[in-house]
Amino acid sequence: MTDIQNGSRLSLVWTNAVLPVLGGVVAIGLWWLLTIALHIDPFYVPSPPDVVESFLRTPTYLLSETWITLQRVLIGFGIAAVCGLLIAVVLAASRTVERMAMPLLAAVNAVPKVALAPLLLVWMGFGNSPKIVMVVLVSFFPIVVSTMAGLTSTPADLRELARSLSASWWQTFVKVRLSWALPQVFVGLKVATPLAIIGAVIGEVVNPDHGLGSVIVGSGASSDTPLAFAALVLLAVTGVVLFYFVAVIERVLVPWARAIAS
Amino acid sequence: MITVSAASRTFKGKSGRVEALKDINLTVGDGEFMAVIGRSGCGKSTLLRMIAGLIKPTGGEVSIAGARVLAPRRDVAMVFQRPALLPWRSVQDNVLLPVEIFRWRRSQHYERAQQLLEMTGLAGFRKRLPHELSGGMQQRVSLCRALIQNPKVMLMDEPFSALDALTREELAVELQRIHMELGTTIVFVTHSIQEAVLLADRVAVLSARPGRLRQIVKIDIPRPRSFGHNAHLEQVADASAELHQLLLTEEHLPNTPPATRV
Repeated sequence: MTDIQNGSRLSLVWTNAVLPVLGGVVAIGLWWLLTIALHIDPFYVPSPPDVVESFLRTPTYLLSETWITLQRVLIGFGIAAVCGLLIAVVLAASRTVERMAMPLLAAVNAVPKVALAPLLLVWMGFGNSPKIVMVVLVSFFPIVVSTMAGLTSTPADLRELARSLSASWWQTFVKVRLSWALPQVFVGLKVATPLAIIGAVIGEVVNPDHGLGSVIVGSGASSDTPLAFAALVLLAVTGVVLFYFVAVIERVLVPWARAIAS
Repeated sequence: MITVSAASRTFKGKSGRVEALKDINLTVGDGEFMAVIGRSGCGKSTLLRMIAGLIKPTGGEVSIAGARVLAPRRDVAMVFQRPALLPWRSVQDNVLLPVEIFRWRRSQHYERAQQLLEMTGLAGFRKRLPHELSGGMQQRVSLCRALIQNPKVMLMDEPFSALDALTREELAVELQRIHMELGTTIVFVTHSIQEAVLLADRVAVLSARPGRLRQIVKIDIPRPRSFGHNAHLEQVADASAELHQLLLTEEHLPNTPPATRV
């Protein structure tokens, strides 16, 4: 009995921790191997040690830039999540509003956000706000769409149950539809996390001041490719951490979702 | 308790109007167990939903305890084919859902919920989530949720048809016990002759398209009844044979020429 338990715990550690790390190590190894085997100039593609060395030259600087970008991402993502949820609730509540607003929202979403960056600069000037607005613009649409999908996918038997109990619209909404929509909400949030980071970097690249996007722009000016790569790696790590952070919250809030899906 | 008089229901489908029920007259006495049996598509679920106030009859009327049914009533509880449990609520909280929706005092019905769970053998599972339970146990939970309303009338729509044969028999026997104990008026839609003969005082046989009341068969077998060996095998066989006969041979209704029937 204990053997089986130990075995299953070991296999859990194996699939959840060892395998992902192993994947990362193999990828970095391949990258390293290619830069050596093909004699690639570090100016074009630096090898992993070049990148690490570049990071270690100014670790506090890079980490503080990461923190600035992360702050913009978190604030923007928070605003996008709250606005996205509210908009989805309003759209799901009223068919009239949904019919009127959905094409508009889709149109806004289809506009390339990079094209808006110079306008944001005109409207909001320098500093944090245009970057945060960019994060919101890029990441809120998937949250709206998937929350709406969740709110409108309440199974017929649960709707009929609510009707047979004469539940009011509000009771049905709070006690049935909203909870039912949560797994879908998290799908939207997980899609939106990397988009939020992309939004922050767009803002910083178009209008560099601080943050990893500005570091990349600066490294281009000084032909410091390893530094650009170090910034990219930090962005990627930030993205992974945020994604799994959302996934953990999902596990805690909707433990039943996986059981339903299977 | 329940009077259905000259009730009809037509639906407007894509291929024109469909007559689901035509001219149903039915009276269910106080504390009576009435089974409604018929082939699939004969409108038996429609009849049940009309009694529940979930859909309105297009002709005729339904009344419960002397009052015309225009909307779902609190003293009428429904049990559906699927358990329709909220996957994020524990067994106990699912049972207490009607209490919350009716804005009754939770503390006053908590005790009753525990009693019901005990009565259906779920006392040890009250903190569990629905997906941790077997199908039969889930349907027991939904039965408890109906009973917490303290209903005068219980409307059951093929409640055991999604379960395996053994669980079905087990639950049918249990339902009979609950009915004998509480004396609730029950209308029980089924397509199982065996279930109808075990449970019902009278069986209403519906004919298909449009659904009409073909005949009412009285089951005069003393309770408690059981599957398998008992003292009334002959009566059970007789009643079953009669129902078989009624269901398998389509009657030539006077105003429906045979050629147009589907």
